[in-house]
Amino acid sequence: MDPHLWLKRKGRISPYEVVFWPIVLILPFWLFPTYLSLSSQIAITALFCISLDLILGYAGIISLGHAAFFGIGAYAAGLLSAHGWGEPLSGLAFAAVVAAFAGWIVSFMIVRVQHLALLMITLGLGFLLVELANSLGSFTGGADGLQGIDTWKLLGVWKFSFWGKTAYAYSLAVLFILFLVCRRIVRSPFGLTLEAIRENPDRTTALGAPNRAHLQKIFTLSAGIAGIAGALLAQTTETVSLESLGFQRSAEIAIMLILGGTGRLYGAILGAIIFMVARDQLAGMNPQYWYFWIGLLLMIVVLFMPRGILGGLERLAALGRRR
Amino acid sequence: MIAPVNALETGHLNKAFGKLVVADDISLTLPQGARHALIGPNGAGKTTLINLMTGVLPPDSGHVRLDGKEITGLESDVRVKRGLVRTFQINTLFPKLTPLESVLMAVLEREGISGQWIAPLAARRDAIDEAFGLLTQLGLGDDATRPTHDLAYGQQRLLEIALALATKPKVLLLDEPAAGVPKSESAALFEAIAALQADISVLFIEHDMNLVFTFASRITVLVQGRILTEGSPDEIAHDPQVREVYLGGADHG
Repeated sequence: MDPHLWLKRKGRISPYEVVFWPIVLILPFWLFPTYLSLSSQIAITALFCISLDLILGYAGIISLGHAAFFGIGAYAAGLLSAHGWGEPLSGLAFAAVVAAFAGWIVSFMIVRVQHLALLMITLGLGFLLVELANSLGSFTGGADGLQGIDTWKLLGVWKFSFWGKTAYAYSLAVLFILFLVCRRIVRSPFGLTLEAIRENPDRTTALGAPNRAHLQKIFTLSAGIAGIAGALLAQTTETVSLESLGFQRSAEIAIMLILGGTGRLYGAILGAIIFMVARDQLAGMNPQYWYFWIGLLLMIVVLFMPRGILGGLERLAALGRRR
Repeated sequence: MIAPVNALETGHLNKAFGKLVVADDISLTLPQGARHALIGPNGAGKTTLINLMTGVLPPDSGHVRLDGKEITGLESDVRVKRGLVRTFQINTLFPKLTPLESVLMAVLEREGISGQWIAPLAARRDAIDEAFGLLTQLGLGDDATRPTHDLAYGQQRLLEIALALATKPKVLLLDEPAAGVPKSESAALFEAIAALQADISVLFIEHDMNLVFTFASRITVLVQGRILTEGSPDEIAHDPQVREVYLGGADHG
């Protein structure tokens, strides 16, 4: 097979994608207007989940503390707004820079460890930041959350209203644009290098690749995107709580990614949709048992669809074609 | 008279793990274009020596020079960029990537564009042509777009070599390139190695003495971390010490 054609095919846009984006744009507005605020939370979570996929799915860096960067972004945008600058887009940019900088600092530690040590360091980082934000109560609002955020009109035109139309359109637009950026990254020479490092770091070293530099770069980028997701949440809900930095958020995002399927970007989006919708529905029925079902779902998926729900669907589709 | 610069040179390399000495005062020179075999019984420290040369292990003392320049303290990936490249005894590949992607990654890294993320992979037409050309040359063209874990063992051994060649090495260290390959195929594999450009210097570890005596112009015998002797194939074949090591008497370790 012609190698150019094969690589092009691997990178092309599939018909499913062309159908997917208009549906997620129209569906909440048209059919479920009462779910607009849930929808924007899903879009924000999906973006956060994509940021984890960049490091976990593509580069093989496991993290149980990625909410640290989500939270840093949320506090950065929230504090900027609470101190008098509520313009949303520049707020996102500010949060991205702050979170990416934090990510870059942390990356020096991250690339020196693997496996269990990596889990412990990322876990510790999350705990550390929660306590830091808590103890700086006069600055962050502590356990009461950050108050006084006022998000200005988007582009000076659209007001963030109670019904959440602007919030959803805004979150979805940011998700879509950053999704396109991430897709570019993973289909570039850099993306291929990351996959090779994930598959076999000793071998990439033996081929001359500076693994640590490559990993630091993607970790920094990923932290920046997580920060943007956090900023979106701060701007659309006009509050930031300690929970945005916490372990539960870090763990949930990992669960979503593994449910949806790692290393394929859409797995992150699908995982976020399934998790958030299931939580909304199940928590409505019996709030205290909600984690029972998510636990069961996680075990079933990991046992029977090791590559996640999207990976499982791809395999089914491949089987269907063979028939 | 100025002594010619050697492609690779180690001087008095020592390495011990606790009380176990794995490299004992190893001084070895590889002139440009060498076809040099490293032989010795199991546990003699052959792979350890390659690890010391490539910087996977730091030596306790001694130096390594590439093209006459000291590289002893350099990181492995920097040594590769300078032209010192190895292959592995046990397949060390990228199981989920295809051979095309694997070799392409090596080419992109060599070209210094592995961190570039603006233009898509498919736009790197020259690199793709080079990667595919290399795979075709080693007989892997038809399987270039199958996942590596689906390839036959012998094909994976060839991919090991394709990866190393994609870095355009000056010095190539081959750690049992034919290990596990059936005899019928190992000769073909060595033909590919023999067909390498004459100015690439090659050091290879190999157990099959037929292959060693066919392809090496010089041989070093390593026993228990020490160089027992070095010479032309003819000298080694008639060396009583070497016979002793291979035919009995000495500890096989």
